[in-house]
Amino acid sequence: MNRLAMPWQAAFGAALLDPARAVPSGLVTWNGSDPAARFAVHRNNVVVSLVQALADGFPVVQRLVGEAFFAAMAGVYVRAHPPRSPVLAAYGDGFAEWLAAFEQAAGLPYLPDMARLERARVRAYHAADATPIGADDWAACLRAPERLGGVRLPLDPSVSAIASPWAVASLWAAHQHDDPRDDDAAIAAVALDQAEAALVLRDGDDVLVLPVDRATAAFVQALQSALPLAAAVEAAAIAATAAHASTTPPFDLAGTLALLIRHGAITAWHHAGEAP
Amino acid sequence: MPPKGSPPPPAPALAGIGLKARHAAGLLAGEAAVDFLEVHAENVMGAGGPALRQLARLRAAYPLSVHGVGLSIGAEGPLDAEHLARLAAVVERFQPRWVSEHLAWSSHGGAFFNDLLPLPYDAATLARVCDHVDQVQQRLRRPLLIENPSTYVEFAASTMDEAQFLGELVRRSGCGLLLDVNNAYVSAVNHRRDAWAFIAALPPAAVGEIHLAGFAEDRDGAGDRLLIDHHGAPVDDAVWQLYARTIERLGPRPTLIERDNDIPALAVLAAEAARAREGMAAFATRPQAAFATRPQAAFATRPRAAADIARLEAA
Repeated sequence: MNRLAMPWQAAFGAALLDPARAVPSGLVTWNGSDPAARFAVHRNNVVVSLVQALADGFPVVQRLVGEAFFAAMAGVYVRAHPPRSPVLAAYGDGFAEWLAAFEQAAGLPYLPDMARLERARVRAYHAADATPIGADDWAACLRAPERLGGVRLPLDPSVSAIASPWAVASLWAAHQHDDPRDDDAAIAAVALDQAEAALVLRDGDDVLVLPVDRATAAFVQALQSALPLAAAVEAAAIAATAAHASTTPPFDLAGTLALLIRHGAITAWHHAGEAP
Repeated sequence: MPPKGSPPPPAPALAGIGLKARHAAGLLAGEAAVDFLEVHAENVMGAGGPALRQLARLRAAYPLSVHGVGLSIGAEGPLDAEHLARLAAVVERFQPRWVSEHLAWSSHGGAFFNDLLPLPYDAATLARVCDHVDQVQQRLRRPLLIENPSTYVEFAASTMDEAQFLGELVRRSGCGLLLDVNNAYVSAVNHRRDAWAFIAALPPAAVGEIHLAGFAEDRDGAGDRLLIDHHGAPVDDAVWQLYARTIERLGPRPTLIERDNDIPALAVLAAEAARAREGMAAFATRPQAAFATRPQAAFATRPRAAADIARLEAA
């Protein structure tokens, strides 16, 4: 009579995530008290621990909306989109897109891009290790200058490029003081409606957020799509003119390559169509 | 084949702590007397980066326990093959001395709940858990230690108690046990049972590791005590007393201080580990004196250590 109908874990799990659902049947207590008060321990563990996991991964988003708002907002997300993997470092990939559609946060339109930037930082921290190419590789690569346009340059797995219509890189930097009280003046000084771009990458043990222009971000994204160098330069030039033709400088290929090399972000080279 | 019926051999009086990132530098500098470290398997499953490099350095200096919190051994569905492969990779990479998981479930239908959820103790659950433990042991080619859970609700469907269930699991799968004394105490209070009767009913040779942690107090719907396993407080005196009795029965077992919330200074955790180590050593070297006359003397509250801890926590 007491046998649980399979699959009982489906009902149990659904009740964990939805406080409006009845507590699963078949639970008992020694003193005959309502199991709801005890089941609430699990409901609380699930939501609080997962909200904390998101707070750990999105600390500036949390600061921007405040702890209480973040807990409520992240709670809605957790209940609708619980993790798909027990590896919580992977949790939060869809959070930025979800935020973009979350009406109660529409007053902070830069929030989704800040979430993208913070997610890129977590991914960079856990990304696979790779070895940057050295001087000998560059010498070999440059031995056939006429073929440079067709060279592909795979980047370190930690690299992401973020481009935003908002000043997310400056806003993120303004939140990085050792004493949070020093943040306020820095945040007030950010011109929020300035479009910005940033590279996120891991250099040694440190995850860096490097402000760059939009063209550089487009160049990096093109390399990551495995476009050869000439096509990546073209994509960067288009991005440079599309942004603010009068104010944006032309794409600086040498400076961008120097930046990537300095941070060990280029991990191989090979000619298009040839095996790496 | 996993070695059937061969739980880990009795180990010396080792006392370890759960690894927290903020303590890594101090541990590498040898600032605390700690015999081994435990990491949550899921925290070191990234593809690369500084967290793994740091664990490799610590692994070179300390024996390691890998403690899984996400394999969902008690799941109704099949084990997550991808996750088992990740666990196998962690074990392969770091060569831990102990590998453990929980008698619980945490995933269903592709969703991960990040909580250790309770199981009915019946024949169907036992068959499924044995099958899953078998699979893990086959994959890892080593025995797994299974931890007794803290529970808040029980199932009308249960046909055996938790000690019977764990004893059968050990007998059928050849796994060992990670005896969490705090969980034993929490569950006993929550279900008005005798924690010692539970521990005494476990197969002694199967216990390969012990966990100690702190709990929080709450009340259930009838106003009765409900203890919450939150790993956010020092080990309670009642749990220390139960631990003393456990060591008296089992002999020394590698013992870990677990602390995942409100994490104190390294020295505070090391002081709790020292209390476990000294207690085990007292029983090991003077068993007659320790057991016959004052069974719990070795673990009696030591005012000086308590004062040290209070001072460190205030700092």
